[in-house]
Amino acid sequence: MADEPLVLGIETSCDETGVGIVRGTTLLADAVASSVDEHARFGGVVPEVASRAHLEAMVPTIERALTEAGVSARDLDGIAVTAGPGLAGALLVGVSAAKAYAYALGKPLYGVNHLASHICVDQLEHGPLPEPTMALLVSGGHSSLLLSSDITSDVRPMGATIDDAAGEAFDKIARVLNLGFPGGPVIDRYAREGDPAAIAFPRGLTGPRDPAYDFSFSGLKTAVARWIEAKRAAGEEVPVRDVAASFQEAVVDVLTRKAVRACKDQGVDHLMIGGGVAANSRLRALAQERCEAAGIRLRVPRPKLCTDNGAMVAALGAEMVARDRPVSDWELSADSSLPVTDPHVPGHDHVHETAKENLYS
Amino acid sequence: MLLLALDTATPAVTVALHDGTDVIASSSQVDARRHGELLLPAVDRVLDRAGRRLDAVTGIVVGVGPGPYTGLRVGLMTAETFGLALGVPVHGVCTLDGLAYAADLDGPFVVATDARRKEVYWARYADSRTRLTDPAVDRPADLAGQVAGLPAVGAGALLYPDTFPRAHAPEHVSAAALAALAAERLAAGEELLAPRPLYLRRPDAQVPRNYKVVTPR
Ligand SMILES: [Zn+2]
Repeated sequence: MADEPLVLGIETSCDETGVGIVRGTTLLADAVASSVDEHARFGGVVPEVASRAHLEAMVPTIERALTEAGVSARDLDGIAVTAGPGLAGALLVGVSAAKAYAYALGKPLYGVNHLASHICVDQLEHGPLPEPTMALLVSGGHSSLLLSSDITSDVRPMGATIDDAAGEAFDKIARVLNLGFPGGPVIDRYAREGDPAAIAFPRGLTGPRDPAYDFSFSGLKTAVARWIEAKRAAGEEVPVRDVAASFQEAVVDVLTRKAVRACKDQGVDHLMIGGGVAANSRLRALAQERCEAAGIRLRVPRPKLCTDNGAMVAALGAEMVARDRPVSDWELSADSSLPVTDPHVPGHDHVHETAKENLYS
Repeated sequence: MLLLALDTATPAVTVALHDGTDVIASSSQVDARRHGELLLPAVDRVLDRAGRRLDAVTGIVVGVGPGPYTGLRVGLMTAETFGLALGVPVHGVCTLDGLAYAADLDGPFVVATDARRKEVYWARYADSRTRLTDPAVDRPADLAGQVAGLPAVGAGALLYPDTFPRAHAPEHVSAAALAALAAERLAAGEELLAPRPLYLRRPDAQVPRNYKVVTPR
């Protein structure tokens, strides 16, 4: 529909420079430049390297997105940008670009939350988000269980990791197995040929007195590393495929078990899974299986929309426009620890609007 | 000609509008930690004071440093994006050259800014328009021999009087000086720099612990 808001979104919270363009809930362009190769030899994202790469990539990526979408910058109804959370210096490059672009084009600016964007992106794949939606966000940076009744105004944290993110555990185990960085895709590949029940690795925080929706992957990480080291010390060959499959099973078992339990406890019949780890084939399969058994509808966007990208930011920006949320002002700053409960960063002059909260309900 | 100049390579967030002959409006605020917040409102203010709109600008001038990276990138990203949106050229100028120009000295001198970590960004000049050395980053004590007896300007010089006993103002760069210098060079048909940051140091290759863990506990 031509009267739906046309929004460009900019994402630079970590190592991907993303620029996406959407019209309402329709994806028009999703341009991403990644600096992941430059980080590989360090085994993780180096903030200064990421920030330098964002500055280099920004203008070409904006141009690529506009070409891909076949729209003119003049026709945009708004510019959205990840204001946080994320790496401070990296976020600041995107925020600076978005502010300058919005100002020069005379368009409204929306500083939005990275985590809410991860949830909202599913609108581009499966249409408007059911309200409420339970969301499991899992990546190298996040492992959170969030409940949202309105993605522009109400996102509640149900649980989160108390130590490492799930994706970090994948990276670490891949490193111990000498499989390279990032670890997610390569572990997934080896695991397909391994036995997930070969080794009984621990399931963190699943005891009866443990917090029901929080996660812990640090103990698992250590247990797997010790198991591998013990094999090596004994001069035995490490069964890489079985280790990968058993480790992966321990992670996705806990993630899906807690997500489904949260849905049941809260009476929510939709679960969305986002973040880079949502590309994991076993996570998708097990989530599907358990959701079906529990009568929950599972929504998982295609892998490219699960990892960090600009389209997710544009998707949330478009929703802000559609629901007439207040714009950000020119003083908008990057907030590396923006709380998940703030889906966007309205300007100081505006009073938070609630009147149109139930527009779609 | 209407040039919008900005620089965020020193603790100053500085913006100026130059019509090819004179600076017609400018703003400078010193706050090393808030470049990102302050720059756009400053641009808006300067345009407002001059009674002009951004789309009247025919070129952007930006200080390319050297300077602390996080702040430096705010200016460069803003300048580059303005260039993209407006379809106008973006000219880079070495931030130290802007300081040298504002110093308005005829004889040899040194420009030094604060590079943090007990180092300075610096270069030697024959006069206010002529740089003799490439910008470099060093510990002040290691420069003593190369800058002995010379007057010096910039916060880096003022910070280390043992190395720079003849240090004086200006302390930070002003976009007004940067714009005037760029207008002069453009009028003379000189090529300015690409809008790329002068980093001078390799990135710290440190992966912070829990580098991506950003959700509230
Ligand atoms: Zn993310």
